[in-house]
Amino acid sequence: MKVRLLLFAVLRDIVGTDERELEVADGSRAIDVWNGLRAAHPRIASYERPPFTAVNQDYVQPETMLRDGDELAFIPPVSGG
Amino acid sequence: MSYLTDSPIDQPALVARVMRSSDGALALFAGVVRNHHQGKSVESIFYECWRPMAEKEMAKIEADVAAAYPDVAIAFIHRLGLLQVGEASIVIACTSPHRDEAFAACREIIERVKQTVPIWKREKGPDGEEWVGWQGN
Repeated sequence: MKVRLLLFAVLRDIVGTDERELEVADGSRAIDVWNGLRAAHPRIASYERPPFTAVNQDYVQPETMLRDGDELAFIPPVSGG
Repeated sequence: MSYLTDSPIDQPALVARVMRSSDGALALFAGVVRNHHQGKSVESIFYECWRPMAEKEMAKIEADVAAAYPDVAIAFIHRLGLLQVGEASIVIACTSPHRDEAFAACREIIERVKQTVPIWKREKGPDGEEWVGWQGN
């Protein structure tokens, strides 16, 4: 199945892309996608969990199961205000 | 109405949205770009945002605070893009018949914005630019 991955701010800079279509196995969880990013990017390799995770623009736990067509975002700690 | 703007915040217009003849109190909070952060000099801050989710989170905050303080009228707006020292990044206006509720609602809004709204700042100083806070390793 396909999911759309979105990255922002410092995470986008670390991974080098702001948006990516991913083909993931049925039954994949958000954390599985994060683990794939960790394996490829040393600056986040030591982080067993993403700072924040959102699916379809709502905060969720990283263990959330993904569905075909989901929009998955990994969100660095926010610093607005 | 959007909670986000790319232009300087029109504070009088924001206040005008919430003032009612029954109000005896206006609590106004502005977050302002300062010239230092953790001992370093700051010249400007760039605010990046994931707009659709930020709008949703800010609408949730308004709904929750309005439910908690039913006598308070609420308006707030966050500015995005490049801001110079002294410029307001967020302005919150809360009115109520009496001051306690207006202060409390205003405080709750800024604390929640800082916790959940997907906005990130990148500070620029004499030594270059960097994201504020978490940066990976």
